[in-house]
Amino acid sequence: MATDLASPVTEAAPERRRDGSGRVPLRAALRRYRWLYVMLLPGLAYFAIFRYLPMYGLTIAFQDFVPFSGYSGSPWVGLKHFEALFTGPDFGRLLFNTLFLALLTALFVFPAPIVVALLLNEVRVSAYKRYVQSLIYIPHFLSWTIVFSLTYLLFAVDFGVIAGWIHSLSGGGPLVDYMARPEWFRPLVILQLLWKTSGWGTIIYLAALAGVDPNLYEAARMDGAGRWRQFWHVTLPAIRPTIVVMAILTSGNLLDQSFEQIWLLTNSLNRSTAEVFDTFVYYVGIAGAGYSYATAVGLFKGVAGVVLIFGANWLAKRLGQRGLF
Amino acid sequence: MPVKKPAGTPIKHYGSLGSRVFDALNLVVLGGLALVTVLPLLYVVAGSFASESEISTRPFFLWPERFVTSTYAYIFANDTMLRALLTTVAVTAVGTVVQVALTFTMAYPLSKRYLPGRTLVLNLVVFTLVFGGGLVPTYLVVRDLGLLDSYWALILPLAINPFYLIIVKSFFQELPQALEEAARIDGCNEMGVFFKIVLPLSKPIIATFSLFYAVGIWNDYMSPLLYIKDNDKWTLQVLVRQLTSPDAANAISALDTVFFPAKGLMFAVVVIATLPILLFYPFLQKHFAKGVLIGSVKE
Repeated sequence: MATDLASPVTEAAPERRRDGSGRVPLRAALRRYRWLYVMLLPGLAYFAIFRYLPMYGLTIAFQDFVPFSGYSGSPWVGLKHFEALFTGPDFGRLLFNTLFLALLTALFVFPAPIVVALLLNEVRVSAYKRYVQSLIYIPHFLSWTIVFSLTYLLFAVDFGVIAGWIHSLSGGGPLVDYMARPEWFRPLVILQLLWKTSGWGTIIYLAALAGVDPNLYEAARMDGAGRWRQFWHVTLPAIRPTIVVMAILTSGNLLDQSFEQIWLLTNSLNRSTAEVFDTFVYYVGIAGAGYSYATAVGLFKGVAGVVLIFGANWLAKRLGQRGLF
Repeated sequence: MPVKKPAGTPIKHYGSLGSRVFDALNLVVLGGLALVTVLPLLYVVAGSFASESEISTRPFFLWPERFVTSTYAYIFANDTMLRALLTTVAVTAVGTVVQVALTFTMAYPLSKRYLPGRTLVLNLVVFTLVFGGGLVPTYLVVRDLGLLDSYWALILPLAINPFYLIIVKSFFQELPQALEEAARIDGCNEMGVFFKIVLPLSKPIIATFSLFYAVGIWNDYMSPLLYIKDNDKWTLQVLVRQLTSPDAANAISALDTVFFPAKGLMFAVVVIATLPILLFYPFLQKHFAKGVLIGSVKE
């Protein structure tokens, strides 16, 4: 695991470095660096309480947790909840919904910022480029609640603007309640993601594109490459490492749809297609107080996520790319 | 630049017809994207100043036929609305201070390569990026701490973002060490160095992460959903959700719509929850873009 994500830069002053290389007795270190350790304490307390205590709390996935009896007093039941999950009726539906959304995201949402960044990169009127960038970055800062409300105001069955347009374009017929129909859930999720993320997502690709050595284009032109060939042989290879890194990050989060986004779009009518692992965990665990079962579902998802990110990293390295770690 | 072309037809790359057609199309497509992005927002602003009947009957407009401010008058005469607004502003302000303070004080010792135990702590931090306890165990911790229905539940569970922590740590590592050494020789302890030397040098990055955290709290819907049950403690995001949903629309339209601007209310509440973000947008854009890039370079 990467311990130091930073590039090695300024080293500490020499006389300090001597301390770091050798082993300093704990007591002496505690005394010498007491202020640094004091500064570390509040943060350590945060990680202990809100990050590691919940990991200990995962043990309730193997118990029939009763809040009154606590973590130690509740009876241990082994893998009962996992068995219930894998053999029960929910698992297939949740896995299908989650993976189908992930697939749609990979197909439509992942490439969008790459395409937009490449288009922006070809704009030679820099004022126009900046103006477009400023506008398409806005949705990144808006909450999912706002995005949901905008969707509702545009697609509501009785006064939604877009709902009305589609209705009149299709020449009448029955009004469609897009917010409630199960078959419209996934298109709406993808539309929201495209609207919210494809502008902001360009930043990282634009940075990679800005780093391309102009001499490469010069050389390509010398060899007679037209605009298309320059794009194909210089621009695209330049952002390939960035695309790989983003792909690894995305596959690690394959099972992590934005809880807020899905939760807000879910209602009693579209639940069959809408429910994914995260929202199911909330629904069963918090709303239904089925703590142990929901924790088991969450633990399964968490472990699968870890496997995915390491798998994607391994695959990227096998394919000759630089991985994340 | 004079370029010697290979034999064959001379290629004028950027001036060719195809190239110019592409340029024109490209500008149109990008302009279209920009419009698609902002038109919904402009429509919502226009709708918040329109009458109920105009919202129901006119398909799309960017300027209301009749300019109506009664929706906002209704909102600002309403306790629930005002309380939500105040709550959100207060929680965002306090939360940002707490989060920035915790993140920066922890990042500083972690930036000292010579500190024994640093690697262990860093590993523990990085591990939380890949794996966590998840929704229910975290909820149980918050509940056991007695934080349900407390505003602190909106702040403390998210007090340190491990990604931000690592970025700030890397920033501290790149600060020139000479100044810190000089202060130490002058008798400053590490805490003094941090407050007198390091923090003043870090103003831009403090601004960046204050904005990161502030936007995070302002936009947070999940924490209040999980931890706040008391209607009097709703935040703006919860109120937006409560007012703009199919269920709410049905419930509200059962009320007396003459005095109750049901549809206008949906538009106006969205505008109010969005406005602070848009007011700060110029700063946000600048700082966030920088933050994204610091993060990406360090990864």
